Amino acid sequence: MNKKKIAVVGDPSSVMIFKAVGFDVFYEEEPDQIKRRLHKLADEGYVVIYITETAAQQAGDVIEEYATATYPAIIPIPAGKRSLGLGMKRVKENVEKAVGADILFKEG
Amino acid sequence: MATNVNPTRMELTRLKRRLATAVRGHKLLKDKRDEMVRQFMIYIRRNHALREKMEKALSDVSQHFVQAKAQMGSLYMSEALLYPARSAEFEVGTKNVMSVDVPTIKYTGATTDDQTHVPYAFTFTSAELDNAVVNLTSYLPELLELAEVEKTCNMLADEIEKTRRRVNALEYVMIPEMQESIKYISMKLAENERASTVRLMKAKEIMEKH
Repeated sequence: MNKKKIAVVGDPSSVMIFKAVGFDVFYEEEPDQIKRRLHKLADEGYVVIYITETAAQQAGDVIEEYATATYPAIIPIPAGKRSLGLGMKRVKENVEKAVGADILFKEG
Repeated sequence: MATNVNPTRMELTRLKRRLATAVRGHKLLKDKRDEMVRQFMIYIRRNHALREKMEKALSDVSQHFVQAKAQMGSLYMSEALLYPARSAEFEVGTKNVMSVDVPTIKYTGATTDDQTHVPYAFTFTSAELDNAVVNLTSYLPELLELAEVEKTCNMLADEIEKTRRRVNALEYVMIPEMQESIKYISMKLAENERASTVRLMKAKEIMEKH
């Protein structure tokens, strides 16, 4: 088995720091390039792909595509100072899908 | 809808057997669904907590990073981070949660104890960058756990939806349909029985008259 790797995709200023901890960092900002990069990373056997929320918004369909496969796990992370709430939205969507109603985080 | 079955004894036995299987399958699937929802609840709570924490932590890190970048200039910054001092080490596996293969990821790399492992020399870098890197390193295990838990939730939610659809299909379509067919066949058979009895009685009457 190849060595398992973690990738980070996003704009340079948000994801450059991840280089310091040994993740593979890819700077992509155009929707098409983000999508192509995600496919390529999935092919290359990356286990986890962290993607900035800004980038995730532009590649929603590709993320959906990989949602049910065991690997890779594509995880949106906040870029810059504030979160766009995209990640939390995904958590809530999962609850709604599984239970039928958002019973956990109504107040949130 | 039930009228397109043959009202024969053979068909009746066959249907009864299928109904028994369907009912058992329905019960099993229902149990599976209930247990999956229970597991899902545990995971989703963890997911929610982790995500909240990580989003806060990452904004924190990126704030440090932005400050460091402002102090150092982006050229020195990219140079400092150009070459990673260590690779992120972690173990990957799969775990079976209610027959769903979910990933497990465990961080096995360096922790904050070895702070010397920042990937650059200190000459041209600011202390803010050290802060950002050390903080990020300390969040790594949880960041990986978030990935694992979030993926698990995703897959469980999907599987729960599928199972629920199956349970409902059995409960509201398959089973009632079969019950109706069975009823139709047994009524039809009883009716045939009565018809032949009456026919015999009639025949006897006619014979007695002569």
